[in-house]
Amino acid sequence: MRRAYFKNNWVAALMVAPQLIIVFTFFYFPTSQALYWAFTLEQPWGGGNTWVGFDNFAAILGDAYYWDSIWVSIVYAIGSTALAVIMALTLAIFADRQLAGYKLYRVGMIWPYAIAAPAVGLAFRFIFTPGAGLMMFINQMFPDLWNPVDNGTQAMGMVIVAGAWKQVAYNFIFFLAGLQSIPRSLIEAGAMDGARVLRRMRDIQLPLLAPTFFFVLVINITDSFTDSFGIVDTMTAGGPSRATDLMVYKIFNDGFQGLDYSGAAAQSIILMLLVIALTFVQFRYIERKVHYT
Amino acid sequence: MIERTPILNIATHAILVFGLLFLLLPLYLVIVAASHSLQDVVAVPPNLLPGDQLWINLQAAWAKGHLGERFVTTFIVAMGVMTGKIVLSCITAFGIVFFDHRLKMPIFWLIFITLMLPLEVRIVPTYAVAANAFLPFQTLLDLSGITWVINAVSGVEVKLEWNLLNSYAGLIMPLIATATGTFLYRQFFLTIPEELVEAAKMDGAGPVRFLWDMLIPLSRTNIAALATIMFVYAWNQYLWPLLVVTDQSYAMIAVELSRLVPKFTATGGEVPKWHIAMAGTLIVMLPPIVVVVAMQRWFVRGLINTDK
Repeated sequence: MRRAYFKNNWVAALMVAPQLIIVFTFFYFPTSQALYWAFTLEQPWGGGNTWVGFDNFAAILGDAYYWDSIWVSIVYAIGSTALAVIMALTLAIFADRQLAGYKLYRVGMIWPYAIAAPAVGLAFRFIFTPGAGLMMFINQMFPDLWNPVDNGTQAMGMVIVAGAWKQVAYNFIFFLAGLQSIPRSLIEAGAMDGARVLRRMRDIQLPLLAPTFFFVLVINITDSFTDSFGIVDTMTAGGPSRATDLMVYKIFNDGFQGLDYSGAAAQSIILMLLVIALTFVQFRYIERKVHYT
Repeated sequence: MIERTPILNIATHAILVFGLLFLLLPLYLVIVAASHSLQDVVAVPPNLLPGDQLWINLQAAWAKGHLGERFVTTFIVAMGVMTGKIVLSCITAFGIVFFDHRLKMPIFWLIFITLMLPLEVRIVPTYAVAANAFLPFQTLLDLSGITWVINAVSGVEVKLEWNLLNSYAGLIMPLIATATGTFLYRQFFLTIPEELVEAAKMDGAGPVRFLWDMLIPLSRTNIAALATIMFVYAWNQYLWPLLVVTDQSYAMIAVELSRLVPKFTATGGEVPKWHIAMAGTLIVMLPPIVVVVAMQRWFVRGLINTDK
């Protein structure tokens, strides 16, 4: 289909130029720079970088700490995603029944989207601290039951809960929108055929929600890899003994605290490949996004 | 719908109320902690009802974190990201959708790809760029040999430098360098009927006039959606400001908040001042919550259309 166009391409160039310059400066150049660093090593006394091939990658992949970090990231990704997706889906599918108080429920589910990761982290760190409030009370009844400062599993648990809490609102918005784009007539037809509410949820709404579900799932996993810095930094700072040292956090630490740019760049490249792979999966599902009209 | 389901309705409300409680409980506990003195916060058994110290704690947090100044800084950055993003996305999408040139699709893809890698993933090299924003161009000149040519001809060594650390530009620009808004606008512009363009042309309007007088008024909902999303996004930034800012006068609010309590790993020492920290958390949370709740309708639509 031909559209009507304006002829003056100089105007078009002017319109597009600022964005292209910014994207080149802050996206393409840094990304290529990461590649360059990942394959080179900076000389200790200046004098440029020398080409080292895959040495940086070999060093990282031979580092047990890095594998720990990958493992921890996967645990966090699965834990927080499962919790946030299941919770949001349940809430959305019942909120979608639009009983009395629907609008109130909706606002109540959406507002956490607005909260900054460090604020979430700090709030949950307080809630879970063994030094105050509820947890201190529980510890007095059952001594040493809860101590995330020493216990890595417990620390990971509280980071997962905080991460999931932060994500529920976002997922809820998408699930609710997905549910509302299912034509009313389908559900009415189901009702006429004698399918009750729960049956309609299981056999009509959930299957038709599948594309949204996959989309949300992938976004959650990607976000858990990239967007977890604020929560980890404020809650556990990667501790105790690296039990919550997620990949993003390790890149930050190695790069800016350890000043190992090449190592951090190589880790960035690995994380980038991971995120790109996930994004491809996601785009496949977006393309297949079903339109019900 | 058609049937009466009294039991299921009760169950539905129970599930939703439980969900609400799960989401609201942390906020409630934060409020409770922010309204007691430190002794009461760490008391056993715990206080589960709000106390009367809220205002005092809020004031203490406000003073301790210099939150007044931080509010101003953060607000400036949020506004910068918001307007920058809206303007850039709007004109870029305009240039892609309403003109016919060979570079259209390549440009679209160049921008599209930026969706894949969030700032966090390429944080180390982006920091290097922020230390000298002309570094990419210097590298281009060096690699293409232009630096050498200029040096040979005029004896001038080309050294471009523009340090963005500790500046609003450094805080704002990297946050704008993604495609989210461009997409929202492209989707919207593609729904503009061809006849509208034809009519504008017939009436003698050029592209800029068309953009200003027709597209921008039509895209008001888009602007509202994007503004809300970007405000929240910028207000809540943590990692990037943590790196770019060393000068306190540019510190952003989320970074300042995290400094109200010592790091998790720090053992010994005094008990963290939880009552002050929680009061600070409340203050920092408030503006984006107000924006999201007030702009709910537009922001939800925008979020779904940008897929982010």
